[in-house]
Amino acid sequence: MQTSTKKTVFFLVISLIAVCIAAILSVFLGSTDISWQTVLSALFSPDLSDHQQIAILELRLPRTIGDLLVGAGLAGAGAMMQGMTRNPLADSGLLGINAGASFGLAICLAFLSNVSFGLTIIVSFIGAAISVFLVFGLLMMKRRKLDASRLVLAGLAVSMFLTALTQGISILTNTGQSLTFWSAGGTAGIRMDQLKIAAPVMIVALVCGILLSRQVSLLSLGDEAAQGLGLNLNRSKLFCLLVVLVLAGTSTALAGPVSFVGLLVPHIVSRFVGSRYEAIIPASMVCGSLLMVLADLVARTLNAPSETPVGLIFALIGVPAFIIISRKEGDNEA
Amino acid sequence: MNETVTQEAQNSLSSNPETSTPYAMQGIQLKIGYSQKTIIPEMSVRIPRGAITSIIGPNGCGKSTLLKGLARIIPVQSGTVLLEGKPMKDMPTKMIARQLALLPQGPEAPAGLSVRELVSFGRYPYQKGFGTLSKKDREIVEEAMRATRTDMLADRAVDQLSGGQRQRAWIAMALAQDTPIILLDEPTTYLDMAHQLEILELLQRLNREKKKTIALVIHDLNLAARFSDYLIAMKDGEILHEGTAEQIMTPSVLRDVFSLDALVEQDPWTNKPTMISYRLLKDENQSK
Repeated sequence: MQTSTKKTVFFLVISLIAVCIAAILSVFLGSTDISWQTVLSALFSPDLSDHQQIAILELRLPRTIGDLLVGAGLAGAGAMMQGMTRNPLADSGLLGINAGASFGLAICLAFLSNVSFGLTIIVSFIGAAISVFLVFGLLMMKRRKLDASRLVLAGLAVSMFLTALTQGISILTNTGQSLTFWSAGGTAGIRMDQLKIAAPVMIVALVCGILLSRQVSLLSLGDEAAQGLGLNLNRSKLFCLLVVLVLAGTSTALAGPVSFVGLLVPHIVSRFVGSRYEAIIPASMVCGSLLMVLADLVARTLNAPSETPVGLIFALIGVPAFIIISRKEGDNEA
Repeated sequence: MNETVTQEAQNSLSSNPETSTPYAMQGIQLKIGYSQKTIIPEMSVRIPRGAITSIIGPNGCGKSTLLKGLARIIPVQSGTVLLEGKPMKDMPTKMIARQLALLPQGPEAPAGLSVRELVSFGRYPYQKGFGTLSKKDREIVEEAMRATRTDMLADRAVDQLSGGQRQRAWIAMALAQDTPIILLDEPTTYLDMAHQLEILELLQRLNREKKKTIALVIHDLNLAARFSDYLIAMKDGEILHEGTAEQIMTPSVLRDVFSLDALVEQDPWTNKPTMISYRLLKDENQSK
């Protein structure tokens, strides 16, 4: 117990240091060469007539903060979903959040021309929320119980329904191209005014996620065992799902459907910190940030000045990793 | 239980609910089921304190449902569950978890969780806030592992253990809850005969040495008769018979409850009634 707590703390400290280094690198490195003196003066005594300094403040800094938040949000939400549903292959996509956010964005692109970025993320978030409530509605219709296998089916049904609507809207209104750009996933488009809305919400949700982590641990023992230990099952699950909605919904609204972060990161960190979600959830948040910042750094420097979609990079790492994980799970069963 | 005991229980209950009823738990006119399907229409049941009570009955008779109703896993649709004489409805679930531990049927721990971590969850009902284990908590966890002989497995992953070891680890978690009552839903199912015996001997030791009230759902009638002080025989959501092993392990009760034609003798080793052989009742079978 004590040794595993020590290990977790050690791991958290190391990864926090790594995140700080990666975040600093991410502000200093980009598709165009900007000297470190210019970066420093942009950060500490900005000169708004210098277009390089403006690029730092308006593009790289929000992008880096976005990477940190989105990575933490998706990985934290994924860890919570895996614990709650006792399904090692779960992530927030199961709740139809990606499809819902796409739907919201499609509506913005099609019907609300010239909307501000801030409004776009709010509408995308509402799309994600609608999807979660639809999934809930389907679940609650017959039995008033949140059961993991039914959640997967309901999530899939709602996702497919909303995806069909999204595609219909984008074909009819000819906005498919902008939607595709967003669907590739990435934090390149994040601006300060979006972060002003999203960052406080995300930070509150991240803290709530950490506070709920003990309850997620109990849920990971199964519903009956958790109840037997004195957990208020429906209340815990509801709180957890709300936090997942806010974390994943806001992240997806900001950065598009960045896949695999929520799925992979919790598995990677559990190798180091064990199987208790009190450790997995905070560690996933930190490592999610790290992975996202690093992947985004690769995305913008790999083929500079063109952007490589960060979704593509994750898919390239993610698909093989996904196969390895599912094979491992299979081995354990045998 | 006999009439006088029941009478006594009701008297003491009405006069002073705080003090001892002979029953650790009582269900009064319980209706239990899922939203559309009622499984137990009306049942009153008593779990004697300090005893091992086995709930037996054919598949689908509502044994597990009764246990889950008593353990507040399924909400009771009507009626009252009394825990040490007090209505459970009025108690916060975390307080109930300090008096009543539950071992669910076929529990599964997340991959990689160690035995000690699992057992530590038993301290949850006593923890506040973020919940770090106090020195006392840790001692109780170690003691629970010693009592179930899982201390040498403490750092092993629960999902990598054998069935019997895994079940002992879960019993250790229930034990770490430090409750006077432990309910177990089919703790011996899927175990081989030696491991079934091992689990029941463990429960018997906990009952005798730590004065735990134990109630379990079990399919093996001979083991139920051998280890239980009290048996509750259910069929179709009702209690048909209840009493000691000698009262329940009789050909007529087994005929009523299981539609079995059973040959019951005294086990020369344990002096408990035991089923030597059994067959299906032909007539009953055809009429169904």
